[in-house]
Amino acid sequence: MPSSPLLQVENVSKTFRVQGKKLHAIENVSFTLEAGKTLGLVGESGSGKSTLGRMVLRLLESDKGKILFEGNDLSSIKKKKLRELRRNMQIIFQDPKASLNPRMTVGEAIEDAMAIHKIGTKGSRRERAVELLERVGLPDEVQYAYPHELSGGQLQRVGIARALSLNPKLIICDEPVSALDVSIQVQVIQLLRDLQEEFNLTYIFISHNLAVVEYLSDDIAVLYLGEVVEQAPADELFKTPTHPYTQVLLNSILKIPDKPENKQEMLSIQGEIPSPLNPPGGCTFHPRCPYALDTCKVVKPEQRKVAEGHFATCHLVE
Amino acid sequence: MQEQPLLSIDNLHVKFSRSEDEVFAVNGVSFAIHANESLGIVGESGSGKSVTLMSSIGLLRENGKITSGTANFLGKDLLKLRPRQLEDIRGRDIGVVFQDPMTSLNPVMRIGDQIMEAMLTHQYAGRREAFERTIQLLHEMGIPDPKSRFKNYPHEFSGGMRQRIMIAIALACEPQLLIADEPTTALDVTVQMQILALLQDLRRKHGMSVVMVTHDFGLATNFCDKIIVMYGGKIMEMATTDQFIREATHPYSIGLKRSIIEVGHKGKEIISIPKSAKTLTETPAGCPFAERCTYKTERCHHEVPELRTFGIDHQIACHHAEEVASYAV
Repeated sequence: MPSSPLLQVENVSKTFRVQGKKLHAIENVSFTLEAGKTLGLVGESGSGKSTLGRMVLRLLESDKGKILFEGNDLSSIKKKKLRELRRNMQIIFQDPKASLNPRMTVGEAIEDAMAIHKIGTKGSRRERAVELLERVGLPDEVQYAYPHELSGGQLQRVGIARALSLNPKLIICDEPVSALDVSIQVQVIQLLRDLQEEFNLTYIFISHNLAVVEYLSDDIAVLYLGEVVEQAPADELFKTPTHPYTQVLLNSILKIPDKPENKQEMLSIQGEIPSPLNPPGGCTFHPRCPYALDTCKVVKPEQRKVAEGHFATCHLVE
Repeated sequence: MQEQPLLSIDNLHVKFSRSEDEVFAVNGVSFAIHANESLGIVGESGSGKSVTLMSSIGLLRENGKITSGTANFLGKDLLKLRPRQLEDIRGRDIGVVFQDPMTSLNPVMRIGDQIMEAMLTHQYAGRREAFERTIQLLHEMGIPDPKSRFKNYPHEFSGGMRQRIMIAIALACEPQLLIADEPTTALDVTVQMQILALLQDLRRKHGMSVVMVTHDFGLATNFCDKIIVMYGGKIMEMATTDQFIREATHPYSIGLKRSIIEVGHKGKEIISIPKSAKTLTETPAGCPFAERCTYKTERCHHEVPELRTFGIDHQIACHHAEEVASYAV
């Protein structure tokens, strides 16, 4: 029997009520993720990428659809079993300071995570905490430090160590390096990549930084106003971006030119991201799309296959 | 042969006092910006890039103190002016844009009135003319339906729109110089691109100069004519962007450029700069970057490297620049 993927997300949707209006935060999203792989979620503010991450952990309930973790349907299992499964699914945040108790030392915070899930004994927990701190590149004495005494990069390493303490299978990384200086970003990214190899970790990597997402991901899903508009293997997406939104997004990245002649022109892109409370009809991207046809204004496009494993939700895909 | 600079900052030193010690944020910075030029000041947090720029136009936090230096703007030393005189120059001759528009827009005032206010305060225009120019500015900023948007309050706009409104205020009196502190950092990439295109267009049309503080090398190298790289409150390297793209030479500039993950880097090993920057609680005795530098020698710890000419349009503060350059080729 072929092993099922670690994570299957099938047609999930999530609607919030805001000011008496319906906000479709996530609309009919599906993907599968094999163990040891990374799925990158990219999109701009309001695209729903963080909401989707939280739905996978069932920190937010989906309104529709199914989320299967190792074949277990998360929406129908019992609380006790969910708690057990949760140990396998961890999350690291953009602001690690906000997720650490300011009155707990770093060592205590990591022990605490293990204690909640009844892992190890009191003595073995501290030993493991120190071991993990070392693994993420922090010196011994950090175990006695309080969060305010550490830098952003160090705190993110603590967040990673705490997530690792539960031996998770899946880690959701929600903008984990966005608040860090560039020279520190790389250190954390490389740590995440090395840990993935060492522990066969599976990642959902959420970021608005496309270069970082490309660097770490096997597959990438591009979100726009709560919908996946394009999904493809990472190299394929960058080589043949097919959805007009993906193209705009990729063209907005400013790369350091390799020679002065190759400086980029600043492009004037039309329109703004519409309010998710009042999304346009038809294809939600049509008001900003340089190729929009009349159909695009009225008919919602279906997901179409571009190549093996490459899908785009656009009328223009043949 | 070069004409008089618009703004020239000379030997600027700034420190901040904290409860138990002092932070040496800017330690002898000098540079100039000319008419119709765009300059990018690049560095990581704590490099002193924002403090340099903001203190030179009289915007310094209360616990900060300028200990020496001058900032000449059109023949006046901005650092010697009274607050009233400075306010007169800021907003009229120098426009200022910050990273977070929400903190600098008045939440209870219609945005149109805020743009008009800039012109009325500085007696740039009378009421009728100011109103017409406001509508014109909103239109130029790409804000649809300016006449009705005039009456909206800041919270009724998206982040990108608010940033445009702040730029409209900064540009209302047609300043010769625009100072922008991370103006697009909080914005999404497509919105960033829109704002930059707008600024580029305004520069071409009005010949305005721009000094931009940013941590983003991709932004600085594509948008600016000149680049300054700062570390530890000092200029490490200063060059025309073309020269910088061809041969950035300071070990810190090289290290930073190498450590940036860009599209197309997948599968490549990225070399990061070891350790992290420290807050300076005393005047640096040597090169502030020495601790993290792979080229350092004893000399770097004891002797502060001065910014020196290293080629045409290129200055560098490193004892070992020649050696570094020979390796880099």
